[in-house]
Amino acid sequence: MSASPIATTRTTAGMPTGRLAVWWVIASEIVIFGGLLGSYIMFRLSHDAFAEHAAHTNTWIGAINTLVLLTSSLFAVLGHKAADAGDGPKAAKFLYLTALGGVIFAGIKFGYEWPHEIALGYTISSNTFWSFYYTAAGIHAAHVVAGVIIMLIIAPRAKRNFDLHRVELIGLYWHFVDVVWIFLFPLLYIAK
Amino acid sequence: MATAPVSHPDPHGHGHHQPGFVEKYLWSTDHKMIAMQYMFTGMAMALIGGFFAYTFRMQIAFPGVDVPGFGLVAANEYNQLITSHGAIMIFWVAMPVLIAAFGNFLIPLMIGCDDMVFPKLNRLSYQIFLLSVVVLIASFFVTGGAFAGAWTMYPPLSTKAEYGLAPLGATLFVVAVALEFVAFLMGGINFVTTAMNSRAPGMRMYDIPIVIWMIVVASILFMASVGPLIAGAIMMLFDQNLGTAFFNPDKGGDPILWQHLFWFFGHPEVYVVLLPAVGIVAEIITVMSRKKMFAYRTVLYTTFGTGVLSFMVWAHHQFIAGIDPRMANIFTITTLLISIPIAEMMFVFIATLYGGSITLNTPMLWALSFIATFLIGGVTGIFLGASGADIYLHDTYFVLAHFHYTFFPIAIIGTFAGVTFWFPKMFGRMMNETLGKIHFWGTIIAFNCIFIPLFVLGAAGQHRRIFDYSMFPQLMRPELRHIDQFATVSLLLMLSFQVVFLYNFAHSLFRGPKAPKNPWDSNTLEWTADSPPPHGNWPVLPTVYRGPYEYSTPGRDKDFWPQDEQH
Amino acid sequence: MMEWIGVVAASSYAKDIDFVFDLVFWITAFWLLLTEAVFFYLIFRFRKKPGVPGQYVTGELASEKRWITLPHFAVLLFDVAILYFAVKVWYEVKQDLPQAADQQIVRVIAQQWAWTFVQPGPDGAIDTADDITTLNELHVEVDKLHHFRLESKDVLHDFSVPVFRLKQDVIPGRVITGWFTPIMTGNYDIQCAEICGIGHALMPARIIIETRDQHAAWMAENSTVAVASATAR
Repeated sequence: MSASPIATTRTTAGMPTGRLAVWWVIASEIVIFGGLLGSYIMFRLSHDAFAEHAAHTNTWIGAINTLVLLTSSLFAVLGHKAADAGDGPKAAKFLYLTALGGVIFAGIKFGYEWPHEIALGYTISSNTFWSFYYTAAGIHAAHVVAGVIIMLIIAPRAKRNFDLHRVELIGLYWHFVDVVWIFLFPLLYIAK
Repeated sequence: MATAPVSHPDPHGHGHHQPGFVEKYLWSTDHKMIAMQYMFTGMAMALIGGFFAYTFRMQIAFPGVDVPGFGLVAANEYNQLITSHGAIMIFWVAMPVLIAAFGNFLIPLMIGCDDMVFPKLNRLSYQIFLLSVVVLIASFFVTGGAFAGAWTMYPPLSTKAEYGLAPLGATLFVVAVALEFVAFLMGGINFVTTAMNSRAPGMRMYDIPIVIWMIVVASILFMASVGPLIAGAIMMLFDQNLGTAFFNPDKGGDPILWQHLFWFFGHPEVYVVLLPAVGIVAEIITVMSRKKMFAYRTVLYTTFGTGVLSFMVWAHHQFIAGIDPRMANIFTITTLLISIPIAEMMFVFIATLYGGSITLNTPMLWALSFIATFLIGGVTGIFLGASGADIYLHDTYFVLAHFHYTFFPIAIIGTFAGVTFWFPKMFGRMMNETLGKIHFWGTIIAFNCIFIPLFVLGAAGQHRRIFDYSMFPQLMRPELRHIDQFATVSLLLMLSFQVVFLYNFAHSLFRGPKAPKNPWDSNTLEWTADSPPPHGNWPVLPTVYRGPYEYSTPGRDKDFWPQDEQH
Repeated sequence: MMEWIGVVAASSYAKDIDFVFDLVFWITAFWLLLTEAVFFYLIFRFRKKPGVPGQYVTGELASEKRWITLPHFAVLLFDVAILYFAVKVWYEVKQDLPQAADQQIVRVIAQQWAWTFVQPGPDGAIDTADDITTLNELHVEVDKLHHFRLESKDVLHDFSVPVFRLKQDVIPGRVITGWFTPIMTGNYDIQCAEICGIGHALMPARIIIETRDQHAAWMAENSTVAVASATAR
């Protein structure tokens, strides 16, 4: 592994560089999701038909997935605590549990929820509500999958007590993914 | 943290072997090499964008005549050429050169550290950028050819295949732009975190050179504005390829939504490219007039003010687009208001000249001409921001002349200013001053001859994006046709003068006189490194004792006081 | 300025739009010339001279800042003046829809790549059997208030009549309303001002402003018959 430049080790802004970078990534994602959800809300407000289309989403599945994500975020917090205490193996264990939550989330969505909805005839091109539904939930799910992959890269090194600070960083990202879902869930599943 | 950190003597664990060609030039993580990659790619794209301008201006001046080196520019070719010209100049010339090239080169050097914070991410950002270039150029060669619906890509023309001629080209165009956005979001990670976190010991917020502030603020503006358009680009790709109807009114979609998403980004984007250019001009003006920056903090505050206000003006691009007319009133107010911090910034730069000892060398000529020409761009914006007048002027050559009087100073003058100023540091050699001045005068005079007449044409009702005016009797008046021809001939002249620059650049690169560390007697840190700086920039990283603009400080025998000199 | 450039003011609000243009022109010309003059003067006056060093001016003193803040406030005042007239004209042309007893309706239908105009026939009502439909040629009566309704069959277009100073984007799926009152007779350009595909430059139309008698004669000739007229060259 090549060493980082000295630039990476400085903290003139008072925050470790890695954390600053993750906040930057989160900020740019907020604007992307913000634009998408803002557009959705504008459409929703001007198209009464949306409420009727939205009635067909499965609120129970949505709620289960919300529970799954929130639980996985809890594991991410526990993992961070363990990493701060220097306990690499414990941090890695919690990271794997967090990743498992992500896998369950994706499994429910791609393995049951979407195939079921598509079989019923609700596809991405059915109408604008479903276009937004699949686009927003799909981009979110892509972020879930990306998070899981990154966790699976960080966890083995953390287990050997290397780069423990990254446990906090991926945790930060994961909490953000959670927060996006907290917005999506009411918009797509509850507001009917 | 050590008081005098030593940059890693062996960062790649390679022992003493020299990197091969691929590792040094193509696979480097060194910020300076990545800067060069962006710069040369941007300059190559400028040649392509400039060539396109040549072809469509020839068609306007001599309609129906085969353009030498291209062939006939008929209706579809014309629309393709203007679309690509606009997109290339903004996304593939202005942004990579002003932000990525100068940002990458200058930030670590001017804040006194050895590289960017995430060198491998930096390399990846260039690679994604290069991929966007490949996708864009590929779009020219696929079935149906390049996208021809203007760089603004308004739907439904851009989304429904039956309305345009290039469905695949349209998709590739959106993909290319989206990739470019991703590349710059990644680049922004490095620019902002490095500038905030990796400053030399002793460099407080107000000791940071203005160009660095400008690139950081530009990165923040970019990041905060591009998100909705990335969402919009995904929506457009889905409309084009998956049968969704986000923007298709036949199935409940709204074409105006795209416009809002586009311009919410599009307007801050112009400040994203403006700020680095202004920063470059600030560095040159202070050095070449041996003057402290007038009211440094005012410059910062006007920059922040402009940045914030830039998010509130976007719909001035849509006054007559079919938005609620009452909304137009809000946006005309905010648009005219934004002229105030910009004017203030210009006044501050001019005030910096007061009491100076001004050397009119090539970089300074470029920097000064930026102010002189951008002022014209700025005031002509007022015509367009005044909603009542915009009813007439929208989509005419008045708009085109206005934005060339802003974009050309930003992208072209700003680049020439920065390149002629930092060439000695980048390449270790001096450029030829005489050739530099010839290039300057030829370019500047020709530039004004191209675009001042276009204001008149716009006011006479000549609309944009029209390949041939022969069906509009009011525009076929000989005076107007002659003005168009005059503008085109001026363009030919301006393009010819670029040969002088290309020769000067290439010749100086290999045969120019060797440059000293600090040929301009400047205060900022990059001039304390070797010309060009080695990997790691300094054997011992500097410490900073004062701000960057201590020129002509009373009580000293030298008229400059470098930031890293203790006394 | 428009007169000097040679574009007539053929609608009732054209001169108001021209006034805003002129106002902005003179104010910005004044500011531009003044600023450029100061700029070039400073470059000349403070060019490098042997033995004369630069001065240490920070710009932080109140006496120095005044040189920026005073012009800055002046710019603000001029902006407010421009805003007043711009908003006034905008309201008049785009927000207001004046009414008159003898107002005329015209439907303007844009498509790739032609303009269709539908006007009431002798019965005075639109969307009835005796409507007059023309292709690429709009006949209107001088000094009469017209309400237009813009529609598009496909993509975005823009109905632009330079001599009226009028411009309005046309959006598929919507009907956009506006107005004009022609004040001089003549035969003028109509342009599409929003890129709409390969034929964007190939959909010119004519607006033919006629006197009351000419227009009545034209109506008599054309009612109950859809007329496709060749585009004037």
